[in-house]
Order: sequence, then structure tokens, then C-alpha cells
Amino acid sequence: MLTFTLRRLLLAIPTLLLISLVIFFLVDLAPGSPASEIPLTVPAEVRAKILEAMGVNAPVYVRYGLWLKQFFYIEPLYAFDSLTGSHYAEGMQRIISYQTRSPVFDVIVQRLPQTLIVIGTAYLVGILIAVPIGIYSAYRQYSLFDQFGTLLAMIGFSVPTFFSGTLFIIIFAVWFGWFPTKYDTTLNVTDWASFWKQVRQMTLPVMTLGLANAASISRYMRSSMLENMGQDYVRTARAKGMSEQTVVLKHVLRNSMIPVVTVIALGIPSIFGGAIITENLFGVSGIGSALIGAIHANDLPMVQTLAFIFAILIVLFNLIADVLYGLLDPRIRYD
Amino acid sequence: MFDQPVNNLVEVSDLKMYFPIYTGIFRRHTGDVKAVDGVSFNIREGETLGLVGESGCGKSTVGRALLRLYEPTAGSVMISGENIATLDSEALRKKRPTMQMVFQDPQASLNPRMTLADIISEPLIEHTDWPVERRLERVLELMDAVGLNRRFANRFPHEFSGGQRQRIGIARALALNPKFIVCDEPIAALDVSIQAQVVNLLEDLQTRLGLTYLFISHDLSMVRHIADRVAVMYLGRIAELSPRDELFAKPLHPYAEALLSAVNEPDPNRARRERIILQGDVPSPANPPKGCNFCTRCPKAFARCHQEKPELVEVEPGRQVACFLYEDKKPAVSIGRPEAKTEHNQQGETL
Repeated sequence: MLTFTLRRLLLAIPTLLLISLVIFFLVDLAPGSPASEIPLTVPAEVRAKILEAMGVNAPVYVRYGLWLKQFFYIEPLYAFDSLTGSHYAEGMQRIISYQTRSPVFDVIVQRLPQTLIVIGTAYLVGILIAVPIGIYSAYRQYSLFDQFGTLLAMIGFSVPTFFSGTLFIIIFAVWFGWFPTKYDTTLNVTDWASFWKQVRQMTLPVMTLGLANAASISRYMRSSMLENMGQDYVRTARAKGMSEQTVVLKHVLRNSMIPVVTVIALGIPSIFGGAIITENLFGVSGIGSALIGAIHANDLPMVQTLAFIFAILIVLFNLIADVLYGLLDPRIRYD
Repeated sequence: MFDQPVNNLVEVSDLKMYFPIYTGIFRRHTGDVKAVDGVSFNIREGETLGLVGESGCGKSTVGRALLRLYEPTAGSVMISGENIATLDSEALRKKRPTMQMVFQDPQASLNPRMTLADIISEPLIEHTDWPVERRLERVLELMDAVGLNRRFANRFPHEFSGGQRQRIGIARALALNPKFIVCDEPIAALDVSIQAQVVNLLEDLQTRLGLTYLFISHDLSMVRHIADRVAVMYLGRIAELSPRDELFAKPLHPYAEALLSAVNEPDPNRARRERIILQGDVPSPANPPKGCNFCTRCPKAFARCHQEKPELVEVEPGRQVACFLYEDKKPAVSIGRPEAKTEHNQQGETL
């Protein structure tokens, strides 16, 4: 297993380099200029100087090489410095956002907690709803519960979050007034009252995203359960005289979790990626809205860095899913 | 014949297992696949009853319905005095230790994520209050009994060969000291060289532990080897139920005759029985013929066969046949017993 993991990690290096190359050049080829953000009242020569200072005029391969060095060497060194209080990275040029003229990673560090809390909770809630629904739907296939679950999953699949989110805002925030319409990023949780406020403002975005997540996971869970429910070893378990609970939750569920865990693991990068639409809809200033803002402003370093971080996460969680597969299924060995 | 007490461990009467067919937009119940259509037989304590027949005749369904792994449509299954078909689920679960099953596919019937020790000891956790050490001891004891190396206890099913897996299946079935074991084609998925080993193991265990078997198989020579009596099934019904030697020497039912003519004679010098080749296909169990189920292919069918279904009746001591050809011979054995009774309790005291 260790050899397998190491081998996969080594293989990930060329993969990621190729991805970084594609991302960097694709974003660079896109039309638009960072100069468009500079107000028109700024004189042309000042504008040129600003662009010069931003390093925009350097050839693309120079900027790519510089960016690679910054991403893989300077930024980790900087993170190490801020953790240990050392000064190795002092004076080195970090990746700077065109938009804010501040380091890209500072923006990410600011934005990430919001995304992780809201989107992460939504994902967790989605799993917690989906798994029991999937199990029971499969156990009582074609029952009323199953039909209802199928309907709900269909709705979750087919209704886009910008619609369901707006609907929730209208119903629960505007009509009933139970929850705020907007998410307040500046809220600090210090006591029970502010914690309660945080829970209330999180409810609507979590519900919107949780429904969408639960829809797909519950379908995976159901079909995986159904597949295993008809297996011979389940009949064996019944013939042993095991209770239905043991048969379903021990024999069937454990075997059914294998594909579901993979799906869940592969979905985790999307938490970090944020849900761009939902974040914008509820005003959660997380990573997703940062990315959208950067695209609007032609903030190339920001877009490139964020896209590349997502790529790393996807590669990483693919590996984690594979390793989990091996842990869950004794028949799979990577030696 | 009468002085020997007959102790029936299993009494099956008029067992029916229909699988409903739903068709159309509204999934209306439009018919049934009559996999088992009125089967009655008894199994005496300590004996092996062979159940043979071609694929799809309902052999396995009988075995599963007997242990209520399917919910039987009608009929009763008495195992040591309790009607399995009507027990509620909790009582049934408590009853499971006395009746077990060895499954056909040793690969699929073992949970791939459990080790051998887990698989064998799981029923012990459920049905006994033994501590861990005692359970492990029992597992090792069972592994010895079926000839598995004790070192294998923590391995997973996929690490074994087919024959070893079937031994695990047998050890698992034995874990709770059952009295009655349904062997559902236990050797069909195995290599010929392994088949004999497994069958010998089953026989050996029977002698040592006093087990009663229902041995379901399509391998006639294996059934001839292991069974005391043999039931021949055709399209969900028993065609003939006879002691092994009599059946193989002289099958009475035309279907049994045709089926047994397919058995190869190991000695090429001995005169071969004439092979009877049946014409046509087995009718669909969803739509069986009006008369005798075999009438569409029977070389000896006459007018009555197409009108009525023959009941399984005793025509010679210990031999029961469902065929009109033997109807006139019936009174020879059932000495003054009311006929209605012989219909449902065919091999009564006369055996």
C-alpha cells in the first residue's frame, strides 16, 4: 500500500506540471487585459508604468517560470515562516494579485474558512441525509418511501441551485422571515447568541447545497445497496439467522459503502472549490466568489493559482479514494 | 415394515412457491411463475434425500422455500414438529440453528469483507452467549472438522480455492449444530476432482453428527452415490420418489426413465441402457400444461394425461409415482388406508 501511494504521488508530479502549464497558458490566452480595471482617468503613461510594475509585459514563459517558483518554493517557505516565526522567505516576491496588489495566498487564507464552514457543512448534511435515505429506499424498493425519495432526488438533480436557492430565500427568508436573506461574513462567533446567528444565516445556503449533494449521493447509495441486497452472501446471512438489522447494516451496508465512499471522497475538492453560484447568491464571500471576481477583473495570477489549487486537490483526493478502496475491500491489493 | 418406527424430521406437504408476474402500465398481477407447484415429501432423520431434475425445474426453490429463504405461497413445512412456513420472523430466527443450508456458489455466498473466522463465528454471536475464546475454539474445531488448516482463520474468502471455500460454507452451516442441512448443488461449482472430496466430507459429517440432508443436484451419479432416496422433479412437481437402488434399477415414471437414461455407464463393456431422447422443450412454468406437466413430451402419454394432473401415489412399497400408467397398481400397497390421506402424506408408515 505504501509503495502504491508513493508511486502514485511520484506520478502526480508530471501530471500536475502538465496541468499547471495548460492552466497558465489557457488563462493567459484569454482575451481581456488587467489594465481594464484601472480607471480611464489615469493617464496613459501612468497606466503603462502600473502594468510594467505588475510584470504584465514580461513574456509568458518568463511569467510561467516565475509563477512556478513562487508557487512551489516561495509560498511554502513563506507559510513555513509564518508558522515557525523564521525569516527564510524575507524579501522574496510572492504571487501578487493584479486586483488587490496583495499576495494571492492572503486572499485565499481569508476566504477559505467561510467556504469550508458553509460548503463543508452542506456536504456533511448532504451525506447525513443521503445515506439513510439511500439505505431505506433500497431496503424497501418501490415502496412509497422509495418513490418519494426518487422524486426528491430528481428535484435535487434537476433544479439548479440558483433557482432552489432563490426559492428558499423567498419562502423562508421573505415570507416566513425565519432566516436572514444574506450571509454576513463579518460575523464573529464569540458567544451563544452569535453562534445561533451564525447557524441561522448558514441554514439557507446549507439547505440549498445539501439538497443538491444529497440527491446524487442517495442515488449512489441506493443503487449500491440494491446491487448487494440480491447477492448470495446476504441470503447466507439470513440463513444464519441474523437479525434484519445485522443483515442490512452489517453485511449489505459495509459492502455497499465502497463505491459511495469513493464518490464522497471525489466530491470533497468541490468543497474547497466552493459553490460559486450559491456563494454569490447568499453573499458568502468564499473562494468561489473570489474566483468569479478574479475572472471579471482579469486577475490572472489569482485565477491561475486558484485553478491550480483545485487541480492539486482533485489529484490528491483521487489518490485518497483509491487508497480508501484498498482499505475497504480486502480483495483489492496494490502490491 | 410397521414395526420400525419412522421418525420424520422434515414433512413437506403441498408446498407451493409462485413468483408473481406484474405486467402493463399499472403493474397488474397477471400471472404466476409456478416454480414449485404442490410438492409433498418427508425426510427421515439421518437420511439423505436426493432431489434431481433438469435446470429450472424448481429444485433450488424447494430448498430455499423449505428454510423459508423464500416466503412459500402455500403449504406447510414441518421441521421437528414446527411449521416453518407460518412461524413469525423472530421465532423463525430462533429456529434457524436447527436448519442450515450449503449454497451452490461458494464464492458469492460468502461475504467478501469478512474473514473466515468472522464468517463462521457470526451465527455463534447471534445465537449463543459464548465468550470470544469459546467461539474461536469452536471455529477452529469446525475448521478441523472440514479439513481446513487452522492458520487460515484470518484470511478472506477470495484467498481460497473453490473447494476450500465450499468447506468454509459447510463449516459455517455446521457452526450451530444443525439437524437438517439443505445442500443446494454444493458441488456444481466445483472441479470434478474436488467434488468427490466435498461429497465424502458431507457423508463423513453425516455419519459422525447424525445429520439429515436434502441433497439437491443435477448430477445423477453423485446423487446415486450419496442419497438414500431420490425425488425426481419436473416443472415444479415431483414425478417420482423412490429408494435410490430401485429408482436407478428401474425408474417407473417416464420422465425419470428418460432422465436416468442419460447417466453414463462407467464400464463400457456393460450393455448400455437405451438412451431416451425427449422431444420438444420444457413448457414455461408460468403456463404449465392443463394435464400432467410432462404430457407435452411424454412418449407414453394418452388422452387422460392431457386432461388431469396425476397425484403422487404409492405404487410399490416405498415408491411413489405421479403417473396414470400406474394407477391400477395403487391399491396393492396402501392397505385399507383412506386415499385422501395418502395423497398428502405419501410415504407414511409403509416404508
